[in-house]
Amino acid sequence: MFDYLPYIREWNFPHIWCSGCGDGIVLKALIRATDGLGIHRDEAVMVSGIGCSSRTPGYVDVNTLHTTHGRALAFATGVKHASPNLNVIVVTGDGDATAIGGNHYIHAARRNIDITVLLYNNYIYGMTGGQVSPTTRKGDRASTAPFGSIEPPFNISGLAKAAGASFVARGDVYNVKKLEKLIKLAIQKKGFSLLEILSPCPTAWGRRNKMGHPVQLMEWLRDSTVSMEKWEKMTDEEREGKIRTGVLHDVARPEFTDEYAKLVKRLKAEK
Amino acid sequence: MPVKISDKIRMMTGNEACAEGAIAAGCLFFGGYPITPSSEIAEYLSRRFPIIGGKFIQMEDEIGAMGSVIGAALTGMKAMTATSGPGFSLKQENIGYASMAEVPCVIIDVQRGGPSTGMPTLPAQMDVQQARWGTHGDRGVIALTASSAQETFEQTIHAFNLAERYMTPVVLLIDEITGHTTEKVTLPDYDSIERVDRKRPTEPPETYLPYKYTDDCIPTLAPFGTGYRYNVTGLCHNETGFPTNDPKEIERLILRLTEKIVKNRHEIINCKRTMLDDAEIAIFAYGSVARSARQAVLQLREEGIKAGLLEPTVLWPFPSEIVLKIAEQVDSFLVAEMNLGQMAREVELASKCKASIHRLNRVDGSPISPPQIVGKIKEVV
Repeated sequence: MFDYLPYIREWNFPHIWCSGCGDGIVLKALIRATDGLGIHRDEAVMVSGIGCSSRTPGYVDVNTLHTTHGRALAFATGVKHASPNLNVIVVTGDGDATAIGGNHYIHAARRNIDITVLLYNNYIYGMTGGQVSPTTRKGDRASTAPFGSIEPPFNISGLAKAAGASFVARGDVYNVKKLEKLIKLAIQKKGFSLLEILSPCPTAWGRRNKMGHPVQLMEWLRDSTVSMEKWEKMTDEEREGKIRTGVLHDVARPEFTDEYAKLVKRLKAEK
Repeated sequence: MPVKISDKIRMMTGNEACAEGAIAAGCLFFGGYPITPSSEIAEYLSRRFPIIGGKFIQMEDEIGAMGSVIGAALTGMKAMTATSGPGFSLKQENIGYASMAEVPCVIIDVQRGGPSTGMPTLPAQMDVQQARWGTHGDRGVIALTASSAQETFEQTIHAFNLAERYMTPVVLLIDEITGHTTEKVTLPDYDSIERVDRKRPTEPPETYLPYKYTDDCIPTLAPFGTGYRYNVTGLCHNETGFPTNDPKEIERLILRLTEKIVKNRHEIINCKRTMLDDAEIAIFAYGSVARSARQAVLQLREEGIKAGLLEPTVLWPFPSEIVLKIAEQVDSFLVAEMNLGQMAREVELASKCKASIHRLNRVDGSPISPPQIVGKIKEVV
């Protein structure tokens, strides 16, 4: 039995998440992953914005920074640039990272700064009561889309890849072992690593869209997610309604703090 | 770039003097975004920081720049940004965060005219109330001003010292005239500069409380990565740094954020006085306007008019007690400023009707000249 206690701030429990929420599953997978990598807690900084997912750092016994809405990546960039030896993990959500924080998202990816981003995609603004978010699917109902959303959703993994992230992956809260493995890979990767984690909100999204029971949402994840290996062998018809999970993109690109260190070295040599 | 006149004397703009002052203060992080008329500060530091061990980054926007500064400051670095009116507006939410989480940092605002895009290349003093009330919520505020390149150099160092001493963001408000005027700056011996560094915890991590209530109301935040693992949040929090909904804890925090500045105001407030001892009319002016006012006082005295100048180098906290004392002595005040009376309101409040208050305002992007002040005083005396 894995002992979570040394990694959590027990006095902050019970957590704020609704019953049936997948965010606690991510929390546990994250703790197991960091334990497996032997990351020193004093050298880990978890930075978050505002929203349900952004409450994660408060429960983890590392250096934790709960910032303003959308700005976690900006704060994290300052931490990492100032102290490149620190292991910086950003925990954010679909609204936090790709709506109000969209600019920081694309530019942190462009810089390829060595930050690991765990982006919980719950398809909605959960904490504020279920408003439509950039990842709400077209036709889904939300408190501010009572007749169904008329907008297409963002492909947030694709966005990170296009902007320049060196590692992009997608996991979910049903395939927990796989999630743990993906978190490990994302942290290990030098450069900007984006891990999109499907953690659909039962309270604010599922309930309005005939998937209100957490078990139903788990079944949906089980049935609609497919591995990359499977995806490659599928026809376009078979891919309809399915979601790829696994490592979507993994390349070597120059990393920002390394490039800055190189610049410093070059200027010293020229002196 | 500055022109070297001698070992210690440079010809430099206010913006260059600001950047050099930051280096002298021990600042090693700059996160910024280009905006006229402040960009030369970023340009100067982008050249210097990689050579002297500092970290420079041009962020994707003004909001991100402020965020990066707070993040860097939490690792123990002295960190700053520079901007102007529109950028200062955008930064306000994160400046409030720095107040709430008590993260020391410095924000330079080289003021231009507004509202909105306004007058990018022309001077104004229209952000002085924004410095006080720009972010939502109640909190204590420290904002400084400077009227020359020399003073900008010195006030930048002072801004870092106050930020580290009181664990708060500190704003330095200069204006386009000061930022872009090239003049003589005498640099001190950098080893002799008095630098304040934030308190470091002396207790072991097991008993450490980042926001512990102490007599001086100032918290002790350990730099990230030094073994003190704690939580920083913009939510109302208790001594541990974790969010709280306890009304008593919330009230204690919000009162402390104001009290740590108000209680220590006598250490923070500073005013320069010119010929005030026997003055019958006092000019209240700050920033580049104070330079015109100094000239005006000399001319008025030559003509037999007993004028004096009160020049606050710290605008917030406002020097209310000093203003009241002068109001009890003089017949009237003339508040000269490049806005529509933003500080005149404060002078009126502070002087408690002991003197009549006159205003000289200019909002057309032109400086207030000495003859203008002289003319206005002759009109009201």
